[in-house]
Amino acid sequence: MSDILAIAEHRQGELRDVSLELITAGVELAEETGGDLHVAVISGDVDTYAEQLNREGVDTIHTVAYGEEFNHDVYTQSVTQLVDSIGASYVLGPNSVNGLDYLPAVATRFDVPLVTDVVGLETNEETLTATREMYGGKVETTVDVEGTPAVVTIRGAEWPVAEGAGSADVEAFDAEIDEDAIGSSVNGFEEVAGGDVDISEADLLVSVGRGIDEEENLELIEELADALDATMSSSRPIVDAGWLPANRQVGQSGKVVTPDVYIAIGISGAVQHVAGMKGSDTIVAINTDPNAPIMDIADYAIHDDLFDVVPALIEQFS
Amino acid sequence: MKILVTVKEVATVDDAFEIDGTAIDERYLSADLNEWDDYAIEEAVQLSEDGVVDEVVTVTIGDEETEQTIRQALAKGADRAIRVWDDALDGVDLLDVGAKVAILEAVVGAEEPDLVLTGVQSGDDSFGATGVALAEAVGTQWAAVVNQLDLENGADVASVHRELEGGLEELTDIDLPAVLSIQTGINEPRYASLRGIRMAQRKELDHQTLADLGVDSEAVAGDLELMSMYEPESESDTTVFDGSADDTAGQLAELLREKGVAQ
Repeated sequence: MSDILAIAEHRQGELRDVSLELITAGVELAEETGGDLHVAVISGDVDTYAEQLNREGVDTIHTVAYGEEFNHDVYTQSVTQLVDSIGASYVLGPNSVNGLDYLPAVATRFDVPLVTDVVGLETNEETLTATREMYGGKVETTVDVEGTPAVVTIRGAEWPVAEGAGSADVEAFDAEIDEDAIGSSVNGFEEVAGGDVDISEADLLVSVGRGIDEEENLELIEELADALDATMSSSRPIVDAGWLPANRQVGQSGKVVTPDVYIAIGISGAVQHVAGMKGSDTIVAINTDPNAPIMDIADYAIHDDLFDVVPALIEQFS
Repeated sequence: MKILVTVKEVATVDDAFEIDGTAIDERYLSADLNEWDDYAIEEAVQLSEDGVVDEVVTVTIGDEETEQTIRQALAKGADRAIRVWDDALDGVDLLDVGAKVAILEAVVGAEEPDLVLTGVQSGDDSFGATGVALAEAVGTQWAAVVNQLDLENGADVASVHRELEGGLEELTDIDLPAVLSIQTGINEPRYASLRGIRMAQRKELDHQTLADLGVDSEAVAGDLELMSMYEPESESDTTVFDGSADDTAGQLAELLREKGVAQ
């Protein structure tokens, strides 16, 4: 009868989708263990969040009304106290930038197992088995997790969002926050992906990745974008290298795009990139590696060298 | 001020590969410096060049073969390196976060750095958690996924930007000492100069065992056990355009016209 505690995530007044995905993962796990599903929401307008989190299968929602935005010290302290109070065997959180900013600390504080970026979970009475990728998605692994409470972060968009109205009890949890132990303070937020071009508005995106090799080769992709009257975007390494501005970046940390056609050129398709473009109507991949993860979501593919294919494609439109 | 940078040698996998048990067959692997760690090293070296930091020390958990990768960090400007390896670590197929932290905690205890920089994640097992877990273990502050770091000489606070999802950055002050996990793109990692490579050969690279560090071999046994490894099933029904580049480009051009996105 192992109980589960799932920790919701919100930012700037909005509950993030992964919170409702966590409930789905939590409900599945609770069915296997026969235990209860507890959901916690910390900081901000917790009462409104609690209403949104009240979905089918949730037994209790714990609200911690302290502070507004995410602070890792407040989250670490609150979650630690909640786990003790509930006696939870499994702690589920998002494998997000903020999830990874406090859940490893929770696991360390309890000296218990931590498994991150999980894409599948099952349990019997004794062992939790997690499925996760390695080597940038080239392989999947199953990992047995020994010991409780175990802390698990789940990858976004792997579980569907929880639907159906719930009948959970909503309880205010009186976390004792030790303010002397808070050694970090959030001073604000900054949008970085602004600028002249909004790639999320484009019908046709010509998107370039690491396969382009050199900055001067970008001209080839620009030429293609011109020939097709398309907008040019890119994967992360191109922006990291400073070859294109941040407003061109597709992916988790960049923009989410849903064009009619997305042409991925020399992009391997890391999960962070795919998160930003998998909603495109049609995906075309040009890549020498037929096993690249991008091929799993491509509708059309050319397994060939972009330096051969792109000039030939430009030729088709000139 | 002293900075400790965690450096990992990671394996990259060839396009075509085979799995042998719960590992990728070694014939299809090549060793490389973890991409995120390269940015962490660069950040530390720049702080050293700016006179904010007096010493940059790297620490690696790895066997003797990783020394080539460690020398890369030294060639880029780190002052000295620590390599932790022990027979007890031989044949461990998955070193989990708790096990890594048990080792790194002992190194931090011995070195007492003001700042520890890690990469956000490693390219092979991608836990993305070692930095924050380490900070909690040693009782310092931390910040995950840092893509800008402002640090003044002698300051007791670091001002960082944390890269959140969706093009948003969080501006945060972190009390020192602290552990920061460094994101790619924070700087432009240098290539080692020939002079740097020569100098790296003379820099101290100290090998330590678990006993040297006072770490119990039980502590590195870990809580996770790798049970299976397999190639993910492809759920896609991709149409592959075959033929010469002219042929495939022609087929793609036709598709784009059909979809009405190009003339």
